[in-house]
Amino acid sequence: MTDPVAISVNQVSKQFGQGADAFFALDQVSVDIRENEFFTLLGPSGCGKTTLLRLIAGFEHPTAGHIQLHGEEISHLPPFKRPVNTVFQNYALFPHLTVAENIGFGLDMQDKPAAEIESTVTEMLQLVQMESMRDRRTDQISGGQQQRVALARALAPHPRVLLLDEPLSALDYKLRKGMQIELKRLQLETGITFIFVTHDQEEALTMSDRIAVMNNGQILQVGSPNDIYDRPSHRFVADFIGDTNFLSAELVESSSEHAVVKLSSGKNLVTGPTEATLNNVVSITVRPEQAVLIDDLANADLQGTVTNIMYSGTDSHFHIELPSQEEFVAKVQNAGPARRDWETGQTVGIKFHDNAVQIVED
Amino acid sequence: MSSSIVSPKKLFSIYKLPGFTFIAITCFVMLYAPIMILVGYSFNEGSSLALWEGLSLRWYYSAWQNEAVKDATLLSLIIALQASLYSTVLATMAALGTTRTRAYRGQTAIYAMINQPLMVPEIVTAVALLIVFATIKQATGYQGLSFLVIAHTAFCVPFAYLPIRARLEDMDRSLEIAAADLYATPWRCFRRVTLPLLLPGILAGAMLAFVISLDDVVITEFVKSAGQDTLPTFMLGQIRRVITPEMNAIASALLAVSVLMVSLIFLINRKKT
Repeated sequence: MTDPVAISVNQVSKQFGQGADAFFALDQVSVDIRENEFFTLLGPSGCGKTTLLRLIAGFEHPTAGHIQLHGEEISHLPPFKRPVNTVFQNYALFPHLTVAENIGFGLDMQDKPAAEIESTVTEMLQLVQMESMRDRRTDQISGGQQQRVALARALAPHPRVLLLDEPLSALDYKLRKGMQIELKRLQLETGITFIFVTHDQEEALTMSDRIAVMNNGQILQVGSPNDIYDRPSHRFVADFIGDTNFLSAELVESSSEHAVVKLSSGKNLVTGPTEATLNNVVSITVRPEQAVLIDDLANADLQGTVTNIMYSGTDSHFHIELPSQEEFVAKVQNAGPARRDWETGQTVGIKFHDNAVQIVED
Repeated sequence: MSSSIVSPKKLFSIYKLPGFTFIAITCFVMLYAPIMILVGYSFNEGSSLALWEGLSLRWYYSAWQNEAVKDATLLSLIIALQASLYSTVLATMAALGTTRTRAYRGQTAIYAMINQPLMVPEIVTAVALLIVFATIKQATGYQGLSFLVIAHTAFCVPFAYLPIRARLEDMDRSLEIAAADLYATPWRCFRRVTLPLLLPGILAGAMLAFVISLDDVVITEFVKSAGQDTLPTFMLGQIRRVITPEMNAIASALLAVSVLMVSLIFLINRKKT
């Protein structure tokens, strides 16, 4: 929490097109990314995450706002003057150069002495375990190897910040899992700030120190994977990351420490503080694994009728229709101690775990 | 129910149209038979154009010994080399200007203007150049080769431009962006990434321009000053007087050069993509 800020994005907007065709890819986005951080921009395609990355790299320039690197304004510097390197989605390796020449390209352009280039290239080849491929052409190596070369090429000039634009999306599942661990290792070893763009929420959760969830050109929430998953601030965030239930409730008590919502069943539940207006209807979210099914209806937070049971190996999903016509899905572990011998048509009670309920902005 | 999805290719096959083979063969015969006859007779022993008298390289040797043929060949090569060099440089710049800039007003118009020599009848260009150059020749008294070089450069530009532009459009733009990301200034990015990747296109463009310049008759005939005969205009002049099998030999040699060039262009483009 004490690391200084590496990249500061302040009120940045990016407009494409003019007049009636104008469209804001980014709308007054602000975020601070710290040194040594594995920071992920997560969102569906078209949410503005790649545009933000391209603005930081210098391939585009902001329509409004400022981007600072270690306190220095870089918004309008061309890419070749920014100590920031990119790993491209399609790798963009130079087909007319060898693996070693690709990795040394950035250093060569910085006019480093040949001996230094040579030793850095060797070091980088070791770092990504590609020593034996040194003199290969880039079309003579596999996709996973090209990925490593692209990484080594971007790391070789020792950038202050490394930008990664969905670098794993072209790899198959197994290779991708391996590269996720590899990337995390490289980030820890080099101590370089990584800004990683992805639409894969699982990838974001496993790799990141912090995640910014984006939608429609805005950052909705910034937080640790745990924050984002357990305490989503927006309906979109809760929905985009994992499965969840949404219910309507009434906000009956609100203070700076906590809030109380009244469920459709009449039960009151304590949640974290909110900025929503008192006595209004709010949306709450509960993860399917944050509830147990019980017999004791008097003690339950909600009750309803089981309409469908889906078996999925590790757990079973119980679809329950509530009296309020809302549907609730509870995920019960098949190997756990919880009772799960309900059948469709039965009335069950739903009991939430502590702190399971979150108020979300719509 | 059949699960196979019929591809459009299978639905409509041009090979299955009646008479396809016949038309195709007829076209090829009409295109190449006269050339084959010409090449065949260039090896004729006798001096008749219609009577085969045995195999010989006599006319090649005779052409080789002919000082006028030598002069015309040399002039053709000098003009073609210069014209292909200049037109390739211009075409490369034009191709960069039409593909590596932000979209601007009139881009399509410029594209059309670069290619217009392909559409405008050659005789129109020839007459126009004749008038302009004649005025300059009158005013300055200069009668040198530059007029021919300039004229050839002008009509070679679109031929050099097309393969270069095609190559630039096929090139992955992210390579140039990656170079800029890795601290390459725009000039170094061009020298170290764009140019090496563009080279096959430039070579193809240059060779195409060379071949086009080498066998031009119309514009050369109108622009040239007295004594400035290129190989094609020399041949035209010879044929007006008397047709000797020597012309067959020269034409066959020109054909060989053209075929060689086209094959090279094909090989270069295939190897690099």
